Amino acid sequence: MSQKFTLNVNGADHAVEADPDTPLLYVLRDDLGFNNPHFGCGLGQCGACTVHLDGKPVRSCARPVSDVGSQKIVTLAGLGTPDKPHPLQAAYVQEQVPQCAYCINGWIMTAAAFLRDNKKPSDEQIRGALANVKCRCGTHMAILRAVKRAAAMMG
Amino acid sequence: MTRDEQPATFSRRAMLKAGGALVISIGVPFAREQARADGGTTVAAAKPALTPDQLSSYLAVNADGSVNVYFGKMDMGQGLAIAIRQMVAEELDVAFASTRIFIGDTDTSVNQGGASGSTGVQEGGKQMRVAAAEAKRVLVEMASDRLGVPADQLAVTSGVVRAGNDAARTISYAQLIGGQYFNVHLDWNGKYGNALYAPGKATPKDPKSYTVVGQPIPRDDIAPKVFAEANFVTDVKVPGMVHGRMIRPPVAGAVPVKVDESSIGDIPSAKVVWDNGFLGVVADKEWSAIKAAQQLKVEWSALAPPFPDQAALYDHIRKAPTRKRDVGKETGNVDDAFKSAARVIEAEYEWPFQSHASMGPACALVDFKDGRATCWSGTQKAHFVQTGIAATLGIPQDHVRVIWTTGPGSYGRNDADDCAMDAAVLSRAVGKPVRLQYMREQGTGWDPKAPASVHQARAAIDASGNVVAYEFLSRGFSRVDVDTNGSQPKDTLAGQMRGVELKSGDGFGVPGDSYGFANKRTAWETIAPLLDRASPLRTSHMRDPVGPQIHFASESFIDELAAALAVDPVEFRLRYVKDPRDIAVIKAAAGKAGWQPRPSPRKDQTGDKVSGRGISYAQRGPTRVAVIAEVDVDRSTGKIWARRFTVAHDCGQIINPDGLHHAIENNIVQATSRTLWEEVKFDNKNVTSVDWRSYPILDVTQAPEQVDVVTIDHPDLAPSGAGEASTRPVAAAIANAVFDATGVRIRRAPFSPDNVKSALS
Repeated sequence: MSQKFTLNVNGADHAVEADPDTPLLYVLRDDLGFNNPHFGCGLGQCGACTVHLDGKPVRSCARPVSDVGSQKIVTLAGLGTPDKPHPLQAAYVQEQVPQCAYCINGWIMTAAAFLRDNKKPSDEQIRGALANVKCRCGTHMAILRAVKRAAAMMG
Repeated sequence: MTRDEQPATFSRRAMLKAGGALVISIGVPFAREQARADGGTTVAAAKPALTPDQLSSYLAVNADGSVNVYFGKMDMGQGLAIAIRQMVAEELDVAFASTRIFIGDTDTSVNQGGASGSTGVQEGGKQMRVAAAEAKRVLVEMASDRLGVPADQLAVTSGVVRAGNDAARTISYAQLIGGQYFNVHLDWNGKYGNALYAPGKATPKDPKSYTVVGQPIPRDDIAPKVFAEANFVTDVKVPGMVHGRMIRPPVAGAVPVKVDESSIGDIPSAKVVWDNGFLGVVADKEWSAIKAAQQLKVEWSALAPPFPDQAALYDHIRKAPTRKRDVGKETGNVDDAFKSAARVIEAEYEWPFQSHASMGPACALVDFKDGRATCWSGTQKAHFVQTGIAATLGIPQDHVRVIWTTGPGSYGRNDADDCAMDAAVLSRAVGKPVRLQYMREQGTGWDPKAPASVHQARAAIDASGNVVAYEFLSRGFSRVDVDTNGSQPKDTLAGQMRGVELKSGDGFGVPGDSYGFANKRTAWETIAPLLDRASPLRTSHMRDPVGPQIHFASESFIDELAAALAVDPVEFRLRYVKDPRDIAVIKAAAGKAGWQPRPSPRKDQTGDKVSGRGISYAQRGPTRVAVIAEVDVDRSTGKIWARRFTVAHDCGQIINPDGLHHAIENNIVQATSRTLWEEVKFDNKNVTSVDWRSYPILDVTQAPEQVDVVTIDHPDLAPSGAGEASTRPVAAAIANAVFDATGVRIRRAPFSPDNVKSALS
């Protein structure tokens, strides 16, 4: 049943044993201790579990660990640190964005990939890029301010 | 200083001699060892009993002079922790940065009601303010003794008591009491929860001297979350922990009659926990528990489908027997006034069941061992969960500790308390700590719902076009079919599934306004739940409980009156609103929005794409809010974009303007979501809104372009709630704007494209 996998998370390799159909989310959270991605729906609908696989935002709740292979995984903790924050992390703190904060992996990880590939985006482009991420507390106005602030920082 | 105001000081030996019960508890941050390290003292301080009449239950000064604040309400992410620290730092005259707050741990805080009714500052802050004022008074008295200077000649700056400018005659709070506990008796009113109040002898400061209250101090819990350093309740792990998942019936009300454990035989660690209607599984790994829950073969009791067709819901509400009627307010003689009316205007409005649908389904970890339970929960009410777990497990309350830990979003009585009780039952059954998280379909499908309702309004108009009588009746499911907390098994799924005796409560509400109609009656009626036990449509409190539905109706109806009488909606309200602060918020919103007086609807637009503006206002307790919505409506698709909001908000004294601004903005957006999109769907058997597709909420493409907020500060008034008040007027403001744009009145929520399109056709 269970198989051995080597996962590269935030720049380091980790050996883990898991059933191959286990969603990456549970392996990251329960086996490797990366709490950053959250379980929101298990259906890929909300974004709370988002991580980057080779730079691309992916819903880890709906991605079996056996599909990851050698792709490099980056979680919210790997995006930046208090000493070297990603512009979105800095902007999130400056704009005081979250209420409950459970959704932030979805917004920050999705927006990070979007802003990396889209310089000086319009309001409409930002909204479109984030259309499939959920926030239940209604912090959308502050999210938009933070993404625009980060976009300005990223030139 | 009186004898009972002496700091409690005991040696550890003395405490042990006294029975050993006074040993400093784990988690108290300035234990004996720290006191030794900091000051070389061998004195240990014992905390007086954790009761509401002890100052030490709220505040302590550490050996380094920093201040611990123990708070029995919870911060659901609106910055309450910061506001409370500001109020304490202000009264104590210590630096804000020197305060730390410990929230919602039943071992360190008294029951101040939890997160409840936007009373975090209004009631919780009120208590912490008087506690801090009393602490300062006592400390200054102690300093007076030590310095030999009368108390009224002493001043405090940053926790240092000074006699004038004489630098030699100073003494710090740390020197006076650091590392020891207050032993000061407060004048407790004997109540727990929101009503708890225990002042001392001190008078709090004059607001004119405030330097900390009123400042936009940022939240310090955001950075740890953004850098993934903070633990949510979902992240807590303890040794030996296993994972649980619950199994809910496919037909609401059914119970398992046969459970085939061999169907999960290929998942070696999986175990079934079955007690009457309660059915769960535990397994060593989370994914194993999920698979076991999905895979377990269960035969359910045959049951007639419990629910009506959803299309018949509002007829059911109209026709079902009335369980309780309550006339909230009545002035004049309403019935006579209607008889002599020149004209009667009537309308009826409908609001659906709504789900908290928190960002993540609830999670709790319970470790039951040797007759004692420890629970980590994201509940809004840790102390009530403590009582509930004690009742569920049949153990004394003081054998239960609940440690509130940030959860995946909360707006009232969501699924958190149910989850804590389920986890307690699972932990006892398997003899291990159990971490239980619900699945999405349970978070949306099985949380307690905001009640569906019908609202009837009518007004009598005289020959001159004056409103001479007004009657408003809400009729719906109770806001407390299950109570607002899980302190009693009858109010939790674990209790109901396991067969406890039921008692559904009755409650609804009336509009909050100051319309001075000469004859006025506002009332409510409740009906029985559709299914009395373990129902996915059981109803309870969800953000601004029954506020959105009542004020959707009442403030839409006021607008209907204005339109029928061809009066500008702002002008019409100002004719009848009596309270000066109500008048002020209406005028402030209109002024900020650049409101141009004219009756609704607009008559200058053609084509599919039209725009309109609408106003609505409400009181919520002492807080009042006016909201102006500007909307774009596409007649061809039925799609509404609530493009701009202008909010005028008066919650008395403002503690933290930045936190307040965020709270208002988030209320507006969430309430827009509830207004435009949210409706719990069900079929005859069960709730069918089980995820984000079947329970859609607003996404960022539909977020407003602009939310302008005007806050009116009254430093001399008591601060009142801001956590929910601005939710209240949003639905009517949007409905009134849609009417202004289209000339069509939407009387049923949500205003989804399909509903709007059919209303417009």
